[in-house]
Amino acid sequence: MIECKLKKELSAAEGKMILDVDFSLNDEDFVVLYGKSGAGKTSILRMLSGLLDPQDGYIKQDSNFWFDAARNINLSTQKREIGIVFQDYALFPNMNVEENIYFALRQKKDRTTAEELIELMELENLRKQEIQQLSGGQQQRVALARALVRKPKLLLLDEPLSALDHSMRTKLQEYVLKLHKTYKLTSILISHDPAEIIKMADKVLVLENGKITKTGTPISIFSESKLSGKFQFTGEVLAKIDEEVVSILHVLIGNNVIKSVSAKDEIAHIKKGDKVLVASKAFNPIVTKIE
Amino acid sequence: MIWESLWLTLKLASITTLLLFIIGTPLAYWLSATKSKTKPIWETLVSMPLILPPTVLGFYLLIAFGQSSFLGKFLEDVFGLQLVFSFSGLVLASFIYSLPFMVHPIQSGFSSLPFYLKEAAYSLGKSKITTFFKILIPNIKPALLTGIVLSFAHTIGEFGVVLMIGGNLPGETRVASIAIYDEVEALNYSNANTLSLILFVLSFCILLCVYLINNKSLNRVVK
Repeated sequence: MIECKLKKELSAAEGKMILDVDFSLNDEDFVVLYGKSGAGKTSILRMLSGLLDPQDGYIKQDSNFWFDAARNINLSTQKREIGIVFQDYALFPNMNVEENIYFALRQKKDRTTAEELIELMELENLRKQEIQQLSGGQQQRVALARALVRKPKLLLLDEPLSALDHSMRTKLQEYVLKLHKTYKLTSILISHDPAEIIKMADKVLVLENGKITKTGTPISIFSESKLSGKFQFTGEVLAKIDEEVVSILHVLIGNNVIKSVSAKDEIAHIKKGDKVLVASKAFNPIVTKIE
Repeated sequence: MIWESLWLTLKLASITTLLLFIIGTPLAYWLSATKSKTKPIWETLVSMPLILPPTVLGFYLLIAFGQSSFLGKFLEDVFGLQLVFSFSGLVLASFIYSLPFMVHPIQSGFSSLPFYLKEAAYSLGKSKITTFFKILIPNIKPALLTGIVLSFAHTIGEFGVVLMIGGNLPGETRVASIAIYDEVEALNYSNANTLSLILFVLSFCILLCVYLINNKSLNRVVK
C-alpha cells in the first residue's frame, strides 16, 4: 500500500502552478495518471521516485516513510524500492542488452531474476546486441526487464509506449501486463491513450492543473454518457465518409477497422483522428468461435 | 640540444595532461551538474587563460611563487619546492594555462548526456560514484579524448607563460618552443627549422587523430 500527499509549486508553461495531490494505491493495483501535458503527471512520478523533492507532504510505503516533510525524511532514489521505465528508454549506450540488464543486479552472482526476465521479455536472441541496433519496441522490452531485476514493488512507467507504432504498442502492453501480474507489482502508468488505459488500468486518476479531479475505473472515466452498453470499445476514427443522409465512420479498434453508419447530424462533431467510444445497446452481439 | 628540449616538451605535456585529466574531469562534471549561483564565476576563472595574455599569467605566477613572496618562501622552506625557474613551476603554469582545453570539451560532453541516464542508474540502486565511472565516463569518450589531446597539444605550443616563469634553463625549463626562439636569436636557423618542423608535424598529426576518431565515433552513434 502506498499513500502519498504531495505539494509543490511547479513552473508550467502558463506560469506557476501548485501541484497538490493526495492519493493511495493498493498493492497490485494498476493505476494510470491521465491528463493534459503540463498537468503534473511526470512530476508526481519523479517525486515518488525521489528525483524531485516535494515541498510538503509525505510518501509512505506500508509503514515505511520514503518522504516526510514534517520529520525531514527523504530517502534517496537508490533506497526506494522502485523500477522506472522512461519514455526515451534510457538504456546505457555503452553496454549491450545483457550488460544493461546485469548492471541492475544487486549481487553480480545472483542472476536468477535477470535470466527469468530475459526469458519473459523474449530477449534471448538479442543478448549480445548493441543498444543502437535495437528497434524501439525491443529497447523498451530491455528497459522493462532492467527495471525489474531488483524486484521492486512499485513500477513507474512514464509514457513508455508513446513513441511506438500501434501494433508494437499493443504487443508491449501485453508484456507490461504480464510483468505486472507475474511479479505482483503495483504499477503507475502515465498514458494519453484511452484505449490503452481501458485495456490496462484498474484505476484512473485524472489530473488537471496539479489537482486530481476525478478518480475511478477506466470505463467510468471514459464513458461519460453513462449509457449501459451491452458491449463497448474505444477506438480512433480513421475516416469519415459522408453519404447523402448518413455518414460512415471507419473506426480502428485494436487491430480491426469497423464501419459504423450514423445520421449525419448526430456525428457532425466527430472528425478524423478523434477517440471514440463504440457501443451497442439494443442488440445482442453474435459471438462465434474462430478456431 | 634539440632532443633535450623536445624530450622536455613531451615530458611537460604528458605530466600536465595527466594532472589535468585527473583534476579537470571531476571539475567539468561539477560545472555541468551544479546549480550553484557561483557557477558563472568558476566558469569565468576556468576560461580566463583563453583570453589572458600568457605574459600576464606568467607574471602573476612569478610574483606569487617568487622567493620574495610569502607563498614562495613557505613552499621552499617547508616542502623544498621551488616553483619559479623550475620544471615543477612549468607544470603548474601549464596546468592553469591549459585548463580550459581540458575542462570545456568534457563539460560539454557531460552536458550533452541525457539526464535520464543518470536517473536510470540511480533508480537501479547505483551510487553516484558507480554511476559516474560506469555510465557517465564511458559515454563521453570522444569528449575525454578531445580534452586530452587538446591539452596535450596546447601545452606543447605554449611559450609566453613558460618564458615568464621558467626562463631558459637547458634540461630544466628550455622546452622546444623556447629553444626555437633561442636558436633564432643565435641565428642558428637550421636548428630552429628542424625543431619547428617537428612541432608542426606533431601538432598536425595529433589534431588529425582527434578528428578522425571523433568522426568515427559520431558515425557509430548516428547509425
